[in-house]
Amino acid sequence: MESLALLIPLSVALVLVIGWVFWRALQGGQFDDLDRPGYALLDDDDAPRAKE
Amino acid sequence: MQIEGTYNYQVVRQFAVMTVVWGVVGMLVGVIIAAQLLWPELNFNVPWFSYGRLRPLHTNAVIFAFGGCALFATSYYVVQRTCHVRLFSDRLAAFTFWGWQAVIVLAAVTLPLGITTSKEYAELEWPIDILIALVWVAYAVVFFGTLYQRKVAHIYVANWFFGAFILTVALLHIVNSAAVPATFWKSYSAYSGAQDAMVQWWYGHNAVGFFLTAGFLGMMYYFIPKQANRPIYSYRLSVVHFWALIFTYMWAGPHHLHYTALPDWAQSLGMLFSLILLAPSWGGMINGIMTLSGAWHKLRTDPILKFLIVSLSFYGIATFEGPMMSIKTVNALSHYTDWTIGHVHGGALGWVGLISMGSIYYLLPRLFGRPEMYSVRLIDVHFWIACVGIVLYIAAMWIAGVMQGLMWRAVGADGTLTYTFVESVKATYPFYAIRLLGGILYLAGMLVMAYNTVKTIAGSRATEPAIPAPAHA
Repeated sequence: MESLALLIPLSVALVLVIGWVFWRALQGGQFDDLDRPGYALLDDDDAPRAKE
Repeated sequence: MQIEGTYNYQVVRQFAVMTVVWGVVGMLVGVIIAAQLLWPELNFNVPWFSYGRLRPLHTNAVIFAFGGCALFATSYYVVQRTCHVRLFSDRLAAFTFWGWQAVIVLAAVTLPLGITTSKEYAELEWPIDILIALVWVAYAVVFFGTLYQRKVAHIYVANWFFGAFILTVALLHIVNSAAVPATFWKSYSAYSGAQDAMVQWWYGHNAVGFFLTAGFLGMMYYFIPKQANRPIYSYRLSVVHFWALIFTYMWAGPHHLHYTALPDWAQSLGMLFSLILLAPSWGGMINGIMTLSGAWHKLRTDPILKFLIVSLSFYGIATFEGPMMSIKTVNALSHYTDWTIGHVHGGALGWVGLISMGSIYYLLPRLFGRPEMYSVRLIDVHFWIACVGIVLYIAAMWIAGVMQGLMWRAVGADGTLTYTFVESVKATYPFYAIRLLGGILYLAGMLVMAYNTVKTIAGSRATEPAIPAPAHA
């Protein structure tokens, strides 16, 4: 199965890339606060308005 | 029009409106081919109106035109609103809109003409594939460029889902569409035989996972909290959901090739990964539904929330059914039957369709400067027609599929088959009628949405709202 010789290395490389992105995000503090971002979303007022 | 300090709603508006348009078209073609299965004369003996050519037109129209436009619209809206910055490039964003519409029109012309690679969900020939790749690269540049320029330190979880969807689809498309052109409208796949099948279903299932799941989960994580005006049940779980899903999705594809020339171990690997996927999928579903915890009464009065929450119930059904069908012994019964069609439409009509419609209903008044949709009552009507349609459709296909599987495997005492194939076709006939009825109802709901959309837009003025000063740095 030559196609597996393409797909398996590709998938392994992808997992390594994903792992690297995860590590970078973790070190960058993206996941330090996992409570506030849920509320912060609601602070953005995008409520529809009638024409002024 | 003022550009500085405003959001780019123009491209979001364009994609949102085209979502409705292509939804009507794609579902209409679906109803036509469902009717053709019941009354084969409906192909009128013209090749370009035959089932084999219209079926890929239907799948391309609903997945890439309807679903694709919904994904563009929502991802552009969400990335701007959560990053507090205008889209990276207006011109590139406009290119993604017109380029994507060109791809859809080219598909609508070439597929009925019989121009196809014959790879499922990747039927378009190589010149169109190149255009898709260009549009997709522009999409990635606009999305990640916007993310890079963000004014808020934290990247909201919906953007992770949209980002993973964009990158993975680019990779899948390029690997699977590798081909050697023979003429302008004919190419040969770079792979052959079982190799080609493996690459095709590595693409095919990941297209389901990343095009039809990850992107729509991005919608779920934005529009459910916003519409319910409650934070997501557990933000921590949403982050776990994301990483668990993308770490495990890649190897589910071989379950499409059980009992074929694919090596046995690859089939078992596909089954194993499919079973693992149940955990993150249900984690995400519970997270979305539980967002309403303590506010269930909102479901009584808010039809947009009904769309969003019920879509998650179908997501839960489909992501339970999928792993179950990937088990080899179950697959021996279900494969090649209409059960598969029922499963796909549970996910497509129930999950992808309802969450897209709910999200577009959320967006339209905001994009066109209206206090709400023209008729909230009609949103409710749409919801109920669609739900009845889905239930009729998937129940008919479940029964038909199990019946077909049992008829095909039935053998008499002397070892001969009990039924001929055509007997199973004849027995399926009434279920094709019920399926057609379900499809007509779902299309009728979409037409109600189209009417409501036209009435909402009529006489409105396009808005480009100002970007608020960052409140939470």
